[in-house]
This record gives sequence, C-alpha cells and structure tokens, in this order.
Amino acid sequence: MSFSVAAVRGQFPILSQIIDGRPVHYLDNGASSQTPDTVLNAVRAYETTGRANVLRGVRHLVLADREASEERADVAKFLGVPPMEIVFTGGCTAAINLVAYSYGSLLQPGDRVLLSELEHHSNIVPWQLLRARAGIEIDMIPVTADGRIDLALLPRLLTPKTKLVSLAHVSNVTGAMVDVGAVVAAAKSVGAKVMLDGAQRAPHGPLDLPALGIDFYVFAGHKAYGPNGVGVLWAKAALLDAMPPFMGGGSMIGRVTFAETTWAPAPRRFEAGTPPIGPAIGLGAACKWMQALDWTGAHAHEMAMVQHLMDGLQKIDGARIFGPAGLQNRYPVVSFTLDGVHPHDVAQTLDSFGVAVRAGHHCAQPLMDRFDLDGTTRVSMAPYNDGSDIDAFLSGVRYAAKTLR
Amino acid sequence: MSDQLYQERIVALAKAKVGTGKLAAPTKSARRDNPLCGDRVTIDVRLDGQGKIAEIAHQVRGCLLCQASASALASVAVGRDAAGIAALRHDAERAVGREEGEAAEPFAAFTPVSAHKSRQECVLLPFETLKDALS
Repeated sequence: MSFSVAAVRGQFPILSQIIDGRPVHYLDNGASSQTPDTVLNAVRAYETTGRANVLRGVRHLVLADREASEERADVAKFLGVPPMEIVFTGGCTAAINLVAYSYGSLLQPGDRVLLSELEHHSNIVPWQLLRARAGIEIDMIPVTADGRIDLALLPRLLTPKTKLVSLAHVSNVTGAMVDVGAVVAAAKSVGAKVMLDGAQRAPHGPLDLPALGIDFYVFAGHKAYGPNGVGVLWAKAALLDAMPPFMGGGSMIGRVTFAETTWAPAPRRFEAGTPPIGPAIGLGAACKWMQALDWTGAHAHEMAMVQHLMDGLQKIDGARIFGPAGLQNRYPVVSFTLDGVHPHDVAQTLDSFGVAVRAGHHCAQPLMDRFDLDGTTRVSMAPYNDGSDIDAFLSGVRYAAKTLR
Repeated sequence: MSDQLYQERIVALAKAKVGTGKLAAPTKSARRDNPLCGDRVTIDVRLDGQGKIAEIAHQVRGCLLCQASASALASVAVGRDAAGIAALRHDAERAVGREEGEAAEPFAAFTPVSAHKSRQECVLLPFETLKDALS
C-alpha cells in the first residue's frame, strides 16, 4: 500500500472533466469533497438493485438491511469505536444540534459550555439556542495571532460549572489542529465533557477516538468523500443511553400508546424516521475507501502541497497567509488575503482559471471580526489534488494581483 | 479571461470611488449586510426640504462589484428622491439580467454580471441600503 496521487485521482470521475477548455482544479474540499467511483457504485447498487426501507421484511430486496448494518460498522471502524455508538444524522450540523438539544437538556440553568473564537457557526448557534431555551452560559476561548485556539487561556475559562467544551478538531479557516490532549486534560479536571467537530479532520484519515479521550465526535459525509445528506455523531454508549431523544417518530420508539411512549436504545433512539439509507451506504463505502488509503503518504503529499502553496503566496506582493506559518499540527486548509483585492474578487478570478476555492467569512464571523477581516480566500486540499492545481491557483492569484488593484 | 466579469469599466467605476466616506451631518443613514458573503454597505444621505438627496456618502466593506455599484449610484443619486432611486434600480436590474430591457448608463457597465447569478446581489446591495436610508 503506497500513495500515488495519479492512482487516487483516477478514482474520482469528476476530476477528469474539461470545462471551458480547462481541467478542473478543485481546491474547495473544505466545503465539499469529491466522491470516488467506489462510493458512487455503492449508492448506485443500492438504488438500482436493493432499494427498500431498512428494518422491513422485504426479503427479495435485502441490500438495504444488510448494508445498513455493515456501513455502521465501516464508519465505526474508521473512528475506532463500537458500531452501536454510531448515530447517523442528516449532517454534521444536525449532529451538533442533536447534542445541543439532547445532552443540553441534561444541563441546568447556570451551567456553562466553552467554545472557541474560531468555531464554525454550526458550533455556536445551537448553543445560543440552548442558552435561550435553558439558561446556560457560553464562554469563548480566544485565538492566537496565527489562528490557533489559545489553550494558555483554558485554565481560567474552565469553571466547575463548565459541563462541555466543544471545539473544532481542525479549523475550517486556518487549518490549525487543536491540541486535543491538552483540552481533554484540562476539561476533565473540572469534570467537563469534550466534543470535537471533526468536519475538517475526518476527511484526512482514520481516527482512534477512544485514544483521544473525548466524549462526542461529529463529522459530515459530504466533506469525507461520501454523499451529502448524511452525517455522524459518535458518543460513548453510557452518554447516549443517558440522553433523551432529539426528534420523535418511527423507529426511535420502544412502545407507543397515547398515554406513554418508551424509547428505543441508542443509536436508534436518535434516528427517528427513515434514515438517509443511500447516503449512509455511500458514507460507509467512503470510510472503507479512506481506511484503505496510505495516509502516511497522503498526509506527506498534502503537507508538501501546503508548503508549495505557501511558498508561492509569499512571493506575491500583498498576499498574507492567515493561519499557522508552519506545517506542524495543521491540515491542508490555507486562508489568505490579498491587499487591495476583496476575497470574492480573488475567488472569481480563480474561477476563470478553472480553480475552485471558497471566499468569504467561512461561517466564522466571530473570527473575521476578531481580525477585522472582510473575509479570506480559502484553499482546502484533498489527497487527489496535485501540483498542477497549486500552480493554476498561484497563476490566478498573480493575475488578480496584477489586474484588480 | 473567459468570463470577462471584471471588465475595465467595472474596475474603473470601483477605482473612481465616487462618494466614498461618511457625511458629517447626515439626515439619514442605513447599513445592510449580505449574510451569505459578508459584504456590508453603509450609506449616509443629506436630504433637502423636498426629500431629495443633496449629498450622499457610502462605505463599502465588500467586493469590487459592490464598490463599483456604490460608486456608480453615488454618481447619479444627487437630486433624486426615493422614487427616483427606485427608477435607477431598474437599470441595475436590467444590467444584471433580472429585468427585461436595456440598462442605461452608468449601470450598463454591469451587464457582464448577468452571467454570474451568485454575484448579482453584490451589485444590488447598495440599492437596498439606500432604499432603507430613504424609507
């Protein structure tokens, strides 16, 4: 098993397209990744030969039942946890809302939740809704000048009232990875649980969640080479068992009468209604695909692209990287600004070079406010990107710098 | 470049920066955000006794299209009331392809934006802001 970018690219049909005479340089993986043949084939097989609802007695259409349990196991293996601790949700945002609602309902007025200044809105707003509903308090860890969560401030922000610390595992703006060990040690000292938003980390290889010592983990299917419309919540079984349901409906019940309803055990308690069957089967295939990749080689390749990109940006007058300058404890997400050119104008110019990136506040307005930024232009890479993508990107930025200011 | 969005006339309008800044004593002010992209426009106006714009200034924290639109709007806003500004907006809507017909100057410069649906709000945000200021 060795890493070959050409072999990986060949598995993603969308990357072989020519649009307006140019190849596709897809550098917006932080927003949504692309999908390999193996995932597309798994979804197609379900939709064309086995489509039926799960947990139903359609014996000649058995794929749904078989795959539904297999893919829970595939996701669990990817995270290093037992399958029955995997809850399928509609996405990463849905998973965080589930925790904010269900775990949140166990909190008391005056209890505190600790977030950071760089969180995605999806890890801020659900807690504000809980604050309005249940009277909890929200605290915030500021970030350092290079876009990392400033863990030096953690001890004074944690209190005996802090019940949960919920942080991005990897920032969707700066690419910085949080020091999970330090967070867990500090949080446990006051008895707080720890949740990580893994939306930007899960697409970069298998995890060992028990070794991290955390309590909740969430990620999105569509950012991890799977279909959209599916996400994952992992929590320890004892925690899931203690949490009330988020949504009510079919499948999540034990017994329903008008007088009283009992709940199914986790994970079904949190999967009301028909689950996103095809997307979950696709996500299982995506996790298997990631499991089979040589991540030592892939990560080295990703970090070489980050270095190539940062070296190129540093040669462009007025380009400023927003985030860690080095390669340590970071993932291949790079934000930058270009003096005198708005981030959207940079992105629009790149689009005309066939390069897809993201510009704006990246659903992290508090972080933009802290640094008084209109927004940034963000490059987010995956193992299938190569040097030609970075070169096309740098050509576009140079052109924007030359023509738009 | 193939899309030719940033044609010279749009870039020139943005660089002209007509009306950028604040008024010392505005009659009315308004601020608008585009929640999707984060662009922000602030407009101050000083009105005469008939409700017509005597002076206008804008601050744009946004892209080149938004800057160019605010600059173009400031260049033709003086002497117009709310109905007059609403009439100008039709030119901008025509330029970006949201209404039938030909756009008059200076907004005809925005015709290339008609091919970029996601950027049309950038052109219209200064109009929305000025409408708020005049309401």
